[in-house]
Amino acid sequence: MSITVNGKTIEHIKKETISDLLKRMHYTFPLIIVKINGKLIKKKDYNETVILDKSEVKVIHLISGG
Amino acid sequence: MNTQKQKRIKEILSKKTVGIAGAGGLGSNAAVALARSGIGQLIIVDFDVVEESNLNRQYYFLDQLGMKKVDALTENIHRINPQMTIDSVQLKLEQGQMHTPFVSADIIIEALDDAKTKKIFIEEILEKLPNTPIVAASGVAGYGHSDRINTQHLGNLHVCYDEQAKSSEKDVLLAPKVCLMANWQANITLDLLLGDNI
Repeated sequence: MSITVNGKTIEHIKKETISDLLKRMHYTFPLIIVKINGKLIKKKDYNETVILDKSEVKVIHLISGG
Repeated sequence: MNTQKQKRIKEILSKKTVGIAGAGGLGSNAAVALARSGIGQLIIVDFDVVEESNLNRQYYFLDQLGMKKVDALTENIHRINPQMTIDSVQLKLEQGQMHTPFVSADIIIEALDDAKTKKIFIEEILEKLPNTPIVAASGVAGYGHSDRINTQHLGNLHVCYDEQAKSSEKDVLLAPKVCLMANWQANITLDLLLGDNI
């Protein structure tokens, strides 16, 4: 039972939402893009979207400058 | 130089359109790299004018101060390649309408400044133009640490990324790193347009 987050394999926790995972990973950045198995998840869905076993999660932190 | 390969590349790129959102440090330098590579058409969108503080990293010149960035950049690119088609759009991208200038683009480069605007732009493009690849950049501030830069691929979203960089509000924006990441974006763009088997 595991998921990968930005290429790192971690334990899968039942009923864990994106918000829970971001807390667990200490991802406190205000502006991020989250994709699970290639699908973009909007911020309003972070509290409801449950991460299933074997999911591939990518979290990109957006930093000002251009 | 492999001239046959160069010819095949030129033929493919001359038919491609790249959209660039923002003509600041990332956008102006990426546009010039793509123009030199032989891209057929650029759609450049920006609302700003050239200021003296831009000259430390953006592809503009002293005699262009006060000009609209889209006009100044068109002028500079036409000095390199007069045949290039440039659709210059002087516009502030507004939430809900951000995708509209880029509907005909084969690839879109996110070259915006503010993190919040980057996020809104990326999400809108992914949602409204799901088949168009986006090449974004995050973490351009500072100097040194070139080795931290990498590419993150998330389906159709490709991000030139330095996760440990500070926000530009807390750090400096300087030519070497900004140009490095702008050219990195242009290089990803060529990769996506050409693939490996040319």
